[in-house]
Amino acid sequence: MSVGDYIRDSQIWKSVFRHPAPYDRRNRVVVMLTNFFLHLHPVSIKQQGIALSYTWCMGGITFFLFLVETITGVLLMFYYRPTLEWAFNDILALRDVTTLGIMREIHRWGAHAMVITVWLHMYRVFLTGSYKPPREFNWVVGVILLKLTLLLSFTGYLLPWDQLAIWAITVGSNMARATPVLGHEGPGFQFLNLGGYDLITNASDARFLLLGSRFVGEETLNRFYILHCVAIPLAAAGLIAIHFWRVRKDGGISQPL
Amino acid sequence: MNSLPLITSWLSLGSLEPHPNVTPSVIFGLGWLYLILFCMNVAWTWRSFHKGHHIDLPAFARGGHIPTAAIWATYSTVLMLVSLIHFSCASSPDSFWFIMPDFAKTAVDAVVADARYYFAVTTVGFVLMLLFRNWLAQPNIGWALLNLSLLFLTISLTDWDFRQIVGKPDNVPIVAMLFIVGFFTWVFFYRANENDRRSAQGRPPVEAENNEKVLTWPDLVYTEMICMIAVTALLILWGIALQAPLEEPASAVKTPNPSKAPWYFLGLQEMLVYYDPWLAGVVFPSVILGGMMAIPYIDFNKLGNGYYTFNDRKFAITTFMFGFMPLWIGMIVLGTFLRGPNWNVFGIYEFWDVHKLEALNNVNLSEYFWYGLGQPLPMAPAGSEFWTQAPYILLREAPGFLAIGFYLVALPGLMAGTIFKKFFVRMGFVRYMVFSNLVLMMAALPLKMVFRWAVNLKYFIAIPEWFFNV
Repeated sequence: MSVGDYIRDSQIWKSVFRHPAPYDRRNRVVVMLTNFFLHLHPVSIKQQGIALSYTWCMGGITFFLFLVETITGVLLMFYYRPTLEWAFNDILALRDVTTLGIMREIHRWGAHAMVITVWLHMYRVFLTGSYKPPREFNWVVGVILLKLTLLLSFTGYLLPWDQLAIWAITVGSNMARATPVLGHEGPGFQFLNLGGYDLITNASDARFLLLGSRFVGEETLNRFYILHCVAIPLAAAGLIAIHFWRVRKDGGISQPL
Repeated sequence: MNSLPLITSWLSLGSLEPHPNVTPSVIFGLGWLYLILFCMNVAWTWRSFHKGHHIDLPAFARGGHIPTAAIWATYSTVLMLVSLIHFSCASSPDSFWFIMPDFAKTAVDAVVADARYYFAVTTVGFVLMLLFRNWLAQPNIGWALLNLSLLFLTISLTDWDFRQIVGKPDNVPIVAMLFIVGFFTWVFFYRANENDRRSAQGRPPVEAENNEKVLTWPDLVYTEMICMIAVTALLILWGIALQAPLEEPASAVKTPNPSKAPWYFLGLQEMLVYYDPWLAGVVFPSVILGGMMAIPYIDFNKLGNGYYTFNDRKFAITTFMFGFMPLWIGMIVLGTFLRGPNWNVFGIYEFWDVHKLEALNNVNLSEYFWYGLGQPLPMAPAGSEFWTQAPYILLREAPGFLAIGFYLVALPGLMAGTIFKKFFVRMGFVRYMVFSNLVLMMAALPLKMVFRWAVNLKYFIAIPEWFFNV
């Protein structure tokens, strides 16, 4: 009896995995049904549907990058303080002195990669016509997830609090003040006034809502930090669950009709 | 004065040029790049040898054949020699001759340093790609194109300004993205052409053949596992090789020139050149998102679901690809690599000179109209009330309102009776109006570009009093 067999025969192993190792056909079926992580998948699947040249694996890689970003992000949160006093210095220390400061590199490059893979996933889904009935709604969920990916990256861009960060966010958020009706430099903001007083000013418009301030400052850093670390990831996680569930319910990976 | 440090630095750098095109380390690094290219091509030669393909020579060469492998082997040998030249000449950068020649730099810059030519070239390239998709999707042609673009990148790295813009850590993923998007587009055409050929012969697509069910363990979970390991390894290597950017601490009073949004929004920032923020920054992004969500509900074509094809969905794929490649990716490239100080367009080999001047004398449609009639612009008496001003402003901008109204209301109707007749019949009124307005909104960007370049048009409707400029 080999060591591997001994371990797999132990009570501990069996209590965790519940079934013998997937060496035969029966257990390969069972493992997909009884393992929490694997049960996202069906037990069996069409051969052409999982061909790498068909799916490009881009959806899967995007999800994996989401997990990488979550794990490295949580690790970075232990270290980083989102205040004007500390934000930049903490990033500087991550670069220069912190053990495993490479987490920041992985987090940033993973974020760039995720933006690219999510575009390519959309590109593939479009090119195979996989948004067509019955998968219309899942495409809509996917478009929202794409938007959330960009917002995650955008809110994270501010956190290092260097010149690159605040000016990119300034340029990006300046758009919001031109929001029709709701921005103080947008067409139609004059319509919202009471007795001659404008309701939409630079301290009450859409840009102010986004920044928590009239310019990119400490309130913005706090706001973007919460959006980046809590609000958007939660929304994305929920939508990812729906996205995956719908892939299964809508008939799995698309196939010729 | 102590001149010793100056002399020693002169000795070690070899040159006093502050922006050297080539240095020993650059040449050495390029040597490695050519060596990698050589290895890639050795592998490809090996593949060609086993495929055993030949190229037929034209009749005047007495119609002989050359094995494809022989061509790739010759090319690989040249790469090897080029790599050796780099390694052996790395110590004398001043006399190094294997660099991008100045006339080529001038020629490339003349094209890319002008938004008009840039847009024309990307659009024409896109059309050619669609027209020659059967030719382009051959493996050897694809490989040749990959090699050409890699060679262009590698030899361009002998230019200092090119290195500055391409080597920025945040720009490296964009360079990679260009290759990745190109690769997958090639894969798409390769598979779509095969299915289109089959369809012409009345056979089912590749995806419908040999399509037995297989067990997810091991057939899918192993693929996923390998992908995860590969991505993890890539991220770690990338993290080791390239440090994440960190500039000076944030300062609200020191505006960088140029100030750029994050790279994935540079397409939107590019639209700001042609449209005001309320359109380019708010309305158009919302329309893009809403329009993408609307795609499944306006595409009535039942064909092309679950397999790669071009012929079954010509209109859908052409429209989407035009939006994705020349407009979205193309504008990101323009914004990232070509937009410099004062948002001027610079060539890829051009120094980012803050003092570069470009004359911009843009004219509104209303000015063209009223001055063309030999009349002054209609204007309310100074200091008058809003309701007194409004009719004057509306009269002044009437030509613009008519033009936009024609574009978004009358044009869909005209198209419904002509080019989109089939679409209108199949879609019904509401869906057709949504569809035609989305298409027209998408066309609004290139149209405004053309108007700007052709007649210096600033706004169709210009009402700065109300922040309403179109």
